[in-house]
Amino acid sequence: MIETNAVYVIVLREFKKFIREKSRLISTLARPLLWLFLIGGGMSRLVPGGQNVTYIQFIFPGILGMTILFSSIFSSISIIWDKEFGFMKEILVAPVSRFSVVVGKATSGMVLSTFQAVIVLCLFPFIGLRLDPFQIVGVILVSAVLSFALAAFGIVLASFYESYESFSVIMNFIVMPMFFLSGAMYPVKLLPEVLKIISKLNPLTYGVDALKNIVFPHETGRMSADFPLFTDLAVILTLSLVFVLIAGKAFERKQ
Amino acid sequence: MSMIRVEDLVKKFGSITAVDGVTFEVEEGAIFGFLGPNGAGKTTTINILCTLLSPTSGKAYINGYDCDRESSKVRSAIGIVFQDSSLDKDLTARENLLFHAHLYRVDKAERKQRIDDALRFVDLTDRADDLVKKFSGGMKRRLEVARGLIHRPRVLFLDEPTLGLDPQSRSNLWEFITTLPKLHNVTIFMTTHYMEEAEVCDRIAIIDKGRIIASGTPAELKKIVGGDVIYLKTTDNTAAMKDIRKLFDMDVSEKEDEIFISVMKGDACIPALIREIGERVLSVRMQRPTLNDVFLKLTGKEIREQNGTAQDDIKSMVRSYRRRHDRD
Repeated sequence: MIETNAVYVIVLREFKKFIREKSRLISTLARPLLWLFLIGGGMSRLVPGGQNVTYIQFIFPGILGMTILFSSIFSSISIIWDKEFGFMKEILVAPVSRFSVVVGKATSGMVLSTFQAVIVLCLFPFIGLRLDPFQIVGVILVSAVLSFALAAFGIVLASFYESYESFSVIMNFIVMPMFFLSGAMYPVKLLPEVLKIISKLNPLTYGVDALKNIVFPHETGRMSADFPLFTDLAVILTLSLVFVLIAGKAFERKQ
Repeated sequence: MSMIRVEDLVKKFGSITAVDGVTFEVEEGAIFGFLGPNGAGKTTTINILCTLLSPTSGKAYINGYDCDRESSKVRSAIGIVFQDSSLDKDLTARENLLFHAHLYRVDKAERKQRIDDALRFVDLTDRADDLVKKFSGGMKRRLEVARGLIHRPRVLFLDEPTLGLDPQSRSNLWEFITTLPKLHNVTIFMTTHYMEEAEVCDRIAIIDKGRIIASGTPAELKKIVGGDVIYLKTTDNTAAMKDIRKLFDMDVSEKEDEIFISVMKGDACIPALIREIGERVLSVRMQRPTLNDVFLKLTGKEIREQNGTAQDDIKSMVRSYRRRHDRD
């Protein structure tokens, strides 16, 4: 049972705080710009493109995925801050189920990440991409589902950590490898066998791949998407559900 | 019917027994004080009553609901002011109250009115739209009490509500807290390790090492100590003591140039004393027993008068845990 009042007010709180913190907004948007134009711009001189796709266009879905990954995980990891600064207690003693709290947090991550993904999406004309309205809607929908899945994954992580010192551990040992092994910067099909296996276990891989399928559907060859769109969607939808259930369980623990 | 009922409550954390067979009842509309030093088990008991912890054994009921099994009903019936602030400092005072009102399903039609009333009640109307991080310690506490009352709870828990406040804010807060049962029809359960603050309570339970060692009204508890102490300074203490023993058959001794006499009704004894040996008396003063004396008498130690924090509690728990294990 999900209490909508709790989900609503948790999302409202996160959104208000997000809008208020200008520095966070700027820094989350600066990262994709740096990667897209500085790394993508430089690397495209070195890396030959595909049939119709240049390297900078190829990494565009990956940069969207990165934006969503960082913002979703960051949004959920804020649970650790809430524990540290006491606000979590206010939520835990309220007459709402733990599962509603988890759904509220995951929905917050979804709203904030999709919001940021949409801003990054607006860059597509500057790198010579052409997207029709259906593609744009498709990207937004996939972003939303992927954000929800990753935010729920972030809650699972947060439930294992008590203090904010663990934040850098999560960033360096979980988030960065997830990004590099998601097919964001290079096609999964070109990776060495071991890394290919790890990539296939990475939830983000399927999100980035779904975005590739939508952004350049006609591309074939080495720069093309690695899996069928149907597989991608099935995996991220299933993972959203699985992660939110695990997060709910992890959160329910009472001493 | 009693509003809070606790029966033989036990809570163990590994080898540490934080609460060790606690039983008590609190009547509706009362101010109940839970007294004891840091680490005595006060916060653990509150956490069980607030449904944040499950007891190892024993039962706790609030408004007739089982704290462990009917946690949702218990949660709707209680408001809590935690030892450490649980406000969101990046939101305004009003936003913090609004969050709470939504979470406790306060009717849309009433929400704004209740929030305005609450802000006025704690004298924060002018600061309603300021971020909480700009507030002083006393303002934050008042805001938390206001928040705890927004959903009209039957019981309000106050865990060390004056911790870290300056003396002025502390006495203001107490004055304010004592008005709550009548104005808000609420029962108050509070913990403190400042003994003098517990005087405002209708009933008190003194807890040490997880066990209740005494309970009753403040006046009843003070009787445990035995009564008042009269201090006399005289021109000749030895002679005066001899006379007092002869005339009154009282328990007299001398310490640092002062004679002190333990009696049940000190105020009634002073006139008689003055009548008999008045010409030799240089000064006289009387001391009523404090709850601190009660604790001293019961446990043989003082309640530490320190500015403890939750962190100190944890530290002392860890220390005692280590000590125990070093011995093993």
